[in-house]
Amino acid sequence: MPNALLAASLLLISGLPLVGLAAAEPGTGPSPARQLELRALLVQDCGSCHGLSLRGGLGPQLLPEALANKPEEYLVATILHGRPGTPMPPWQHFLSEDEARWIAQLLKRGLQ
Amino acid sequence: MSWFGLVLDGSPRINANVSSGTRDSGLRTRLRFRWIALSGLLLGLAAPISADPLATKLRGTGDLGLIVERAAGSLQRVETSTNSILSRIEGLGDLSHASLVYSRDARFAYVFGRDGGLSKVDLLESTLVKRVVQSGNSIGGAISQDGKLIAVGNYEPGGVRVFDAETLELVADLPATPVNGKPSKVVGLVDAPGNRFVFSLWDANEIWVADMSDPKAPQLTKFTDIGRQPYDALITPDGRYYIAGLFGEDGLALLDLWQLDKGVRRILPGYGKGEQPLPVYKMPHLEGWAMADDKVFLPAIGRHEVLVVDMRSWEEVGRIPVHAQPVFVMARPDGRQVWVNFAFPNNEKVQVIDSLSLQLIHTMEPGKGVLHMEFEPRGEEVWLSVRDLDKVQIYATEDFRLLKELPVDKPSGIFFTDRAHKIGL
Repeated sequence: MPNALLAASLLLISGLPLVGLAAAEPGTGPSPARQLELRALLVQDCGSCHGLSLRGGLGPQLLPEALANKPEEYLVATILHGRPGTPMPPWQHFLSEDEARWIAQLLKRGLQ
Repeated sequence: MSWFGLVLDGSPRINANVSSGTRDSGLRTRLRFRWIALSGLLLGLAAPISADPLATKLRGTGDLGLIVERAAGSLQRVETSTNSILSRIEGLGDLSHASLVYSRDARFAYVFGRDGGLSKVDLLESTLVKRVVQSGNSIGGAISQDGKLIAVGNYEPGGVRVFDAETLELVADLPATPVNGKPSKVVGLVDAPGNRFVFSLWDANEIWVADMSDPKAPQLTKFTDIGRQPYDALITPDGRYYIAGLFGEDGLALLDLWQLDKGVRRILPGYGKGEQPLPVYKMPHLEGWAMADDKVFLPAIGRHEVLVVDMRSWEEVGRIPVHAQPVFVMARPDGRQVWVNFAFPNNEKVQVIDSLSLQLIHTMEPGKGVLHMEFEPRGEEVWLSVRDLDKVQIYATEDFRLLKELPVDKPSGIFFTDRAHKIGL
């Protein structure tokens, strides 16, 4: 029994990144490991246009002050579907709706 | 004996002693010399670094370079002769999308940070000499032909500011054409012969040529309606043609700087032939463009293709299907190979094109986040930034062997000092 428990916890630890890659259950939000991936994506890849510190670049600033009057739904839709006519691409192939929502909430709250 | 003599001959300070000791007999002089030489030798053994501070400092900068650590806001100072890191320079602010240019003596680098910071770095002393925050948000810059002016392209507020290369004091301010009440963002800023800067306006669809012959009174020539949303630009190594890539439409805008009166013409119009372009997760760069065998190799935007253009007619002569959307398309200095890296989510690979046959000859997978490539000045080796591995990898370009890996924190741009003497870099 202790062996089985140990095996189970080892499986849990080693399986964490894999679990992280799978889309989260609706409503539960991304797993901790997936949250780390999303943060890296936000800083490194969204940062290509919006700046690593999200102070803007070719794309607009994404700091909480700049997003204060933008509804969460609007941000989620922009992340998932992009903004036609601008360089903002759709991210729906890489993010579930829950993940886009988690990012939108993080942006409104601030990264720090 | 003669070995000590050799040491004596090789040291100018001991030679100075020789002239002051001319009254001594020959034997005493020789003995003294031996004693001085011996103590010098022992000193040398105790401290392997020469006692002469000048001797330790004398070196060239021709084999030096800087690598941007974009998240840490620092630079790694590197040497291509030994493929090694020499030191780290810190405190440069937000270096996302940072680029730099070199002074004409290749001693100083001017670093353009995302946060509007303009920093002057000393490659010999490995120090940050000066840093000014000249705007809210900048995209890159250029150094003038005479080496006296540094121009920075800004997003916020949109326009170009020109600084004294010595002091970093503001010399000229060139606000861009406003669109919806805001000055347009500036992209694709390069230097051109005649002490000119050339740049494009993203929102206003314009190309400007600023003649800085009199730095206090810049002469501007503006070209309007050059095509929708120029996103970056390049200038040919001879400084003649300026080409802006267009995000808002298929095609590129070409300006012949030898014949400004002919205006801007469109090249490769409709290269997508009405196909829906793919979403772009990273804008391609034209700065590190490729010219080889009288052909120009350009990244297609929104397509998994490299476009090949004949340099005489500016007609398309081919398209090369590649792994994903290209970001940098760069020719090895001899033009024999063209190396391509790619945008998210396919930025783990690098492909190599034979410039003569236009065939892909090699695909490698350095790791996730290959952001930049820089050839050593004569092209025998190439350095790649692999962001997610926190490494810079060095490859032999002839057989694609991995030669060395250097630890660098989230590396992006790599810049060697041979850029100091190239138009447009």
